[in-house]
Amino acid sequence: MSIWEYANPKKFLTTSERLLPPLWGLSAVLMLGGLIWGFFFTPDDYRQGATVKIIYLHVPAALMAINAWFMMLVASLIWVIRRHHVSALAARAAAPVGIVMTLIALVTGAIWGQPMWGTWWAWDPRLTSFLVLFLFYLGYIALWEAIDNPDTAADLTAILCLVGSVFAVLSRYAVNFWNQGLHQGASLSLDKEENVADVFAYPLYACMAGFAVFFVALVFYRTGTEIRARRMAALIARERMAADA
Amino acid sequence: MSALLLRDLRLALRAGGGFGLGLAFFLIVTVMVPFSVGPTPETLAVIAPGVLWLGALLACLLSLDRVLALDWEDGSLDLLATAPVPLEAVVSIKALAHWLTTGLPLVLAAPLLGVLLNLPAPGYLWITLSLLIGTPALSVIGTFGAALTVGLKRGGLLLSLLVMPLYVPVLIFGAEVARRGASHLPLEAPLLMLAGLTLGTIALMPFASAAVLRVNLR
Repeated sequence: MSIWEYANPKKFLTTSERLLPPLWGLSAVLMLGGLIWGFFFTPDDYRQGATVKIIYLHVPAALMAINAWFMMLVASLIWVIRRHHVSALAARAAAPVGIVMTLIALVTGAIWGQPMWGTWWAWDPRLTSFLVLFLFYLGYIALWEAIDNPDTAADLTAILCLVGSVFAVLSRYAVNFWNQGLHQGASLSLDKEENVADVFAYPLYACMAGFAVFFVALVFYRTGTEIRARRMAALIARERMAADA
Repeated sequence: MSALLLRDLRLALRAGGGFGLGLAFFLIVTVMVPFSVGPTPETLAVIAPGVLWLGALLACLLSLDRVLALDWEDGSLDLLATAPVPLEAVVSIKALAHWLTTGLPLVLAAPLLGVLLNLPAPGYLWITLSLLIGTPALSVIGTFGAALTVGLKRGGLLLSLLVMPLYVPVLIFGAEVARRGASHLPLEAPLLMLAGLTLGTIALMPFASAAVLRVNLR
């Protein structure tokens, strides 16, 4: 038994299909449970009031936005090194999920920032690097869409993902540096994790776990779709060749 | 390899448009800025280093599709790939040729355009120096983008979308050097970071560029 068995699309499909219903169920329970617990059964923060509850969407989405890119990086590496098609397709399947998570984090952040900071947007290092991450996702997805040959597309996007990861990390540090250089006061960069009390933390953990399981389920599901799309393309091509012959 | 460099330079010079166009674009962007933000000298002095950096970056970006596209179309890229020179060296030479025909003229033009934007006196040295250090990185990263999109019919817009995020660190440190230089602030840290970025990209990016070029050529 080795993990490389799942490089076989058939094996991957049967296993992921068996895993999907419990994964959907688990993510629904965790997300709904965490959100309902967080929204209705936690006290209001003494300073932020009820606004603090957007944390249950914001933090898990931000977490998954970064981890989705990391998952794409690992999948791209596996594709470059071991040439397993399922891996490339999984990276492709994860990208739109990742970009939506990034968007959720940015939008909920803006909605949270408006009452707390008095502005929808500030060029704070964290906010800025998320915007840059969003641009990286856009470029990655656009490159997948632009190339017809699936193997060429997989190779080029994989290398873009590797190079992009390095530059994303560089941008993160550059942006940190840039903002400190601009204004000294760190009044905007609240370190959210540090101040969270247990009452808020437990539903937050549930939401984070829920988002993570939801992400895994979505990637399994979308990878299955990609595999089937690839098979259909192969069938159509075969039929056309038979018709020509 | 020097023959390849000479060939590229000669082509860029004689075929025309190559670096003239980049310079003209830089000029026009700089001229458009006062129209959009107003002609107040104080405002212009504040934004001048950033505008010059952004203008140079965009001019660089605009000329990227010429780096490999022509050689791809007439098949000389295939010949270069089979030539007894590593492909990494070929893309490095291509990037060097792009820098000599686009980056260097931009560096030299930047102080002149600084006059138009009321750049403070100490800024002239630092805008030139930061662009001199930073533009090679723009060329090397841009060559990677050009190699990624060389096989595509309408790669131009996609090229910008792919390359722009990769330019973020260089732009941040480069513009920071110019801005601090213009207002007499200590600038060793961004200057060293910029130089490190340029050296790092020159050392490593050719491998990535050659890798994607091999995929596109197969």
